[in-house]
Amino acid sequence: MRLQVENLTFSYGECEAADNVCLHVEAGEFIGLIGPNGSGKSTVLNNIYRALTPDRGTITLDGENLLKMSHKRSALKLAVVGQENDVPFNFLVEEIVAMGRSPHKRLFDIDNAYDKYIVKHALAHLGMEDMAKRNYLNLSGGEKQRVIIARAIAQESDFFILDEPTNHLDISYQMQVFDFIKRLKVTVLSAIHDLNMAALYCDRLYVLKAGRIVLRGTPEEVFTPENIYGVYGVRSSVGKHPITGKTAITFLPAEIKEDSNDR
Amino acid sequence: MGAFKKSFNRAEPNMPLIIILLVIVAIATALLATGLGPVSVAPGTTAKILLSRIPGIGRYISQTWETLDQNIVLGLRLPRVCLGMIVGASLAVCGVTMQALVRNHLADPFILGVSSGAAAFATLGMLFGAFSFLGAYSLSISAFIGSAITIVFVYVISRVRGRINITQLLLSGVAISMIMDGVTSIIKLSAPNALGLHNAEFWMSGSLAGAKWAYLQLPLVVLLICLAVLMLNYRGLNLLLLGHESAIALGCNVRRLQKLLVLLASLIAGVTIAVSGTIGFVGLMVPHFTRLLVGGDHRKVLPLSALLGAILVVWVDVAARMVIAPEELPVGILTAVIGGPLFIWLLKRNTKEKK
Repeated sequence: MRLQVENLTFSYGECEAADNVCLHVEAGEFIGLIGPNGSGKSTVLNNIYRALTPDRGTITLDGENLLKMSHKRSALKLAVVGQENDVPFNFLVEEIVAMGRSPHKRLFDIDNAYDKYIVKHALAHLGMEDMAKRNYLNLSGGEKQRVIIARAIAQESDFFILDEPTNHLDISYQMQVFDFIKRLKVTVLSAIHDLNMAALYCDRLYVLKAGRIVLRGTPEEVFTPENIYGVYGVRSSVGKHPITGKTAITFLPAEIKEDSNDR
Repeated sequence: MGAFKKSFNRAEPNMPLIIILLVIVAIATALLATGLGPVSVAPGTTAKILLSRIPGIGRYISQTWETLDQNIVLGLRLPRVCLGMIVGASLAVCGVTMQALVRNHLADPFILGVSSGAAAFATLGMLFGAFSFLGAYSLSISAFIGSAITIVFVYVISRVRGRINITQLLLSGVAISMIMDGVTSIIKLSAPNALGLHNAEFWMSGSLAGAKWAYLQLPLVVLLICLAVLMLNYRGLNLLLLGHESAIALGCNVRRLQKLLVLLASLIAGVTIAVSGTIGFVGLMVPHFTRLLVGGDHRKVLPLSALLGAILVVWVDVAARMVIAPEELPVGILTAVIGGPLFIWLLKRNTKEKK
C-alpha cells in the first residue's frame, strides 16, 4: 500500500494549519511525523483519514483518489489509532474491538463466526484475551490504547495511521504500543511527540513546523543539534547509542554552557 | 433464579428470552392497566372483552360483563393504554437517538428543549391555521418542524470546535425550552379559543387523558418506521458513540448519519408530542436502565428501550389517574418527579468521572 500526499492545504478559518504538505509512504515503511505542539501533525493526519476535508491538494492510495472513495472503502484500507479514546458509554472490550469489523459489513449483515474469530485473535495478539468481557470504561489509559490497537487489527487493513498513540502513557506502555505495532509488519504513518521514540522506531521522518514540512529524511539525517535547535529551540547532544545503534538525543538544560555540547 | 441471572448477565445477555419476557410483561401491563382506574375492571373481564373483539375468536365468548365495563375498556382505557405504550416507546427511542447524536447519555427530548419547541410550533400551527391543508396531520407536522428546528439549534449552539460541550448543551436546552414555553403561554393567553381541545397545561405537563383510537395510527406508524431505520443503522449509531474521528476512521459517513438522526428524532418527538404533550425524562431514564442491563450496543438497546418505555409510561399513567382519584395528575408531572432526581444523580456522576 502506497500513500501519496501532494500539496495538502487546510485551514481552520483564518490560520493555515497545514500548508502545501507533500509526503509519501511506501509499503512496509514506518514513517514518523514530528514537530512542536500545534505544528499541524494531527491536522495532516485528520485530513488523510478524512475526519477533515482538505482545502486543496490530493491524497492517493495506490494511485486511487482517497477523497473520492466511499467512507467504507477508505476504512478498509486505513486503520486509525488516535490519542483520545474515551467512550462515555457502557461497552465491553470485545464490543469495542468488534466495531473494527464495521467497514466490512453491509446493511443487513450480522456478526458471523469469522468476525468473532478475528476479534478473539486481535485481543490475543495484545495479550488481552482474558479482558474480553471487561467493561471498557474501567480500563486504564494503557489498556484502552491496547484495545484500540486490537480494534485496528480487527479492521484488517495493512496501513495504520497513529496520532500520538502514546500520549499520556507511562514509558512501559509507550514501548509496548510501538513494539506491538512494529510486530504487525504493517505500513505505518505516525505522529510522534517523543524524538527518541521516533529515532528508535521510524525508518524516515517528516518534520512539521507551523504547518509546513521543513525537514525530511532518516532519523540520522534529521536529528542534528542544529536541526533540533532550529525546530524546537532547545540545545541538545546527539549520538549513536551503543546498544540500539539508533540515534539518541540528550537535551541540554540552560545551565550547561554553550561550548560543552560541541562534540 | 440462576436462570434469571444467566439471561440478564451483562456480558452475554440472552436477548430472545429477555424480549419474550418483556413482551409478556407488556401484554400483562396492558390488561392490568386497562382495568385500573377510578372504576376498576377485573383483568379477566378485560381479557374477555378484548378477545371478544378479535374476529374468529369473538363468537366463542359469551357476554358475561356489563355494557358499562365494555364502554370503559374499549372507549376510554384501552386507547389510553395503547397511546401510553406508543408514546413511551417513542420517547425512549427518541432519547436513544438523541444520545447517540450528541454522544452524551444526558440527552432527552424534554431536557434539550425539543418537546417545548414541538409544543410551541404545534400551538402556533393551530393559531394561524398553518398546514391546515394537511387535515388531521397538521398538528403533528407543525410539532415535527418545531422539534427539528430545536434539535438543530441546540446542536449547533453546543458544538465547540467539533465537539459537543456538555455545559453548553444543557444550558442551551434550558434556555430554548424556556423561550418555547413562553411562546406557548403567550399563544394560550392571547388566543384562548384557538386551542380547542388542547390547553397550555396539556402541552407543558403532558397527558394521555384525551386518548382516542384515531390518535394512535400516525405515532405508531412513525415509531415502527423510525425504529426499523435505526435498527438497520445500529452499527453507525455504535460508532458515533466513539466520537467523530473514530467513527469516520471506521467507515461511517458521519454527516449523513447525523442528518438522518436529526430527521428521525424530530419525527418521533413531533408526532408523539402532538398527541401527548410534554412527558419528560422517559427518554433519559429508559435508555439508561437498558444500558445497565445489556450494555451500549444499539442492536440490543433500541428494541429493549422501546419495550421498557412502553411499560413504564403505562404504569406511570395508571399512577397518575389513581394517586389523587377522582382527580387526575398530568402524567408528565409524575415522570418529572421520578426522572428529575435520576437526572441530577447522572449529572453528578458524569462530572465525577471527568476528574
